[in-house]
Amino acid sequence: MSQAVSEAPAQGQGRALSRSRNFYLVPYLLWMLLFVFAPIVLIVYDSLFDVEGAFTFSNYAHFFTPVYMKMTFSSFWYAFLITAFSLLVGYPAAYLLTKTKHKQLWLLLIILPSWINLLLKTYAFIGLFGTYGAANALLQAIGIGRQQILFTDFSFVFVSVYIFIPFMILPIFNALEELNPSLLDASRDLGASTWTSFRRVVFPLTLNGVKSGCQAVFIPALSLFMITRLIAGSRIITLGTAIEQHFLVTQDWGMGATIAVFLIIAMVIIMVLTGSRGRTRR
Amino acid sequence: MNRKFKASHLYLWLVFVVLYAPILYLAYYSFNSGETMHGFEGFTWHWYGEVFADTRLLIIVLNTVVIALFSSAISTILGVIGAIAIHRTRRLRRQNALLSLNNVLIVSPDVIIGASFLIFFTMLGIKLGFASVLISHIAFSVPIVVIMVLPRLKEMSPTLLDAARDLGATEWNVLTKVVLPVIKSGIFAGFFMALTYSLDDFAVTFFVTGNGFTTLSVEIYSRARQGVSLSINALSTLIFLFTMLLVVGYYFLSRRGQRANAGRSRGAEWGLPNK
Repeated sequence: MSQAVSEAPAQGQGRALSRSRNFYLVPYLLWMLLFVFAPIVLIVYDSLFDVEGAFTFSNYAHFFTPVYMKMTFSSFWYAFLITAFSLLVGYPAAYLLTKTKHKQLWLLLIILPSWINLLLKTYAFIGLFGTYGAANALLQAIGIGRQQILFTDFSFVFVSVYIFIPFMILPIFNALEELNPSLLDASRDLGASTWTSFRRVVFPLTLNGVKSGCQAVFIPALSLFMITRLIAGSRIITLGTAIEQHFLVTQDWGMGATIAVFLIIAMVIIMVLTGSRGRTRR
Repeated sequence: MNRKFKASHLYLWLVFVVLYAPILYLAYYSFNSGETMHGFEGFTWHWYGEVFADTRLLIIVLNTVVIALFSSAISTILGVIGAIAIHRTRRLRRQNALLSLNNVLIVSPDVIIGASFLIFFTMLGIKLGFASVLISHIAFSVPIVVIMVLPRLKEMSPTLLDAARDLGATEWNVLTKVVLPVIKSGIFAGFFMALTYSLDDFAVTFFVTGNGFTTLSVEIYSRARQGVSLSINALSTLIFLFTMLLVVGYYFLSRRGQRANAGRSRGAEWGLPNK
């Protein structure tokens, strides 16, 4: 690459520019075609073959049987719960963050755990939520007594929310920071209560942040498989778990690819619904 | 007003405590002389000794670091090329199309990336192992580098380039003497993000790793599936400290860079690992 650029003669400005543009675009586009476009095409291609390698649409027919429909539905339900709870906890946190004195420091502290390896955090919960773990010790101290926490819906949703909460807080925080404070003054001057001005001014204006936060949580939540396996046992099967199962355990790549195709479709729908950030800003 | 302020602090502290408690819990029990993550029996360095005596584990750590460094270096180069390519595309519609293509891998769930790469590598006949893991890490890091570098390119004044060209600089000179120094902070941020993405990745690696080759995340997963073992705690604590060091180091380095070209918003640079 470097050689190619150095060989480009410095001619008239316009021509030099258009030439070098081609130079940069070629390797990048080639890379993108190879590693973005080709794999996705291959997924669609693979979904059209059964285990024996014969061309068939049976995978798609299979996907619409009650087993897979139920799984898809529950997967969406869990992803919805995770997103809703992340928003419920994340919005107030982001809002209060903007009110603190050392915002950037607080933000850094909230974001910091998200840099730590996901596996470690999930593993910690195996200990925390275990039969004799700290959570149960606390429950016993309160007088509720020991509960089965690990391998329940609660633990799955809790751990997922824990993992995803910074991804919800950050875009909302950014949206709140962009909010013009004089709008708040105006609404207060016009006699709105704190709640009214929040509901009518702050929340609508930060809706973009909420949307991108939801997008950043919902899509990964739909395809979780590591947390599902470690925290929920095999009780909860999401789309992600099913794909992993088909690809790495039962070796039925066709079916796995079919589920992946539907996951991609779901992803596109969600992105259209939540609106791409670039477009709304422009 | 004062009381309200305190209540808000309480909420933040609560979020804060919940966020950090599991990690500290993990670290605390890494010093437990017992065998479990409950009932602290006594202080010991035993588990740390075990981690350092485990040659297999140390090789895995080495693998992980090598993959991370190689993949982030290569993806930084590719990402800078990509960002310049996108930046130089004049037509807005084409630029947006390129950007959307770039974003595909960022928003795609790991499972999809992993599964599609698994099909891709088997079809190409690439043996699953070091190469496949390295290539897939580069693949998901390139778009992130592009995203980090592009804003810096946008900020760069085009007159700088004109001036350099008027003064007789070749394209290569313009790139190395003008463009790259100007977007340095973006490149640095991109490299750092790629590094953390690679170190953090589990799902994609899990799909394309095959039998002989393992990274740390995959190893922790397979050990954790067998239940609690305090040597994982010790290992986790070490990784935690290493991560903190990395992030704090990055923070100060990037702040120093910020001071050099003051008045820049920092928000964009605090992107998040997307896992």
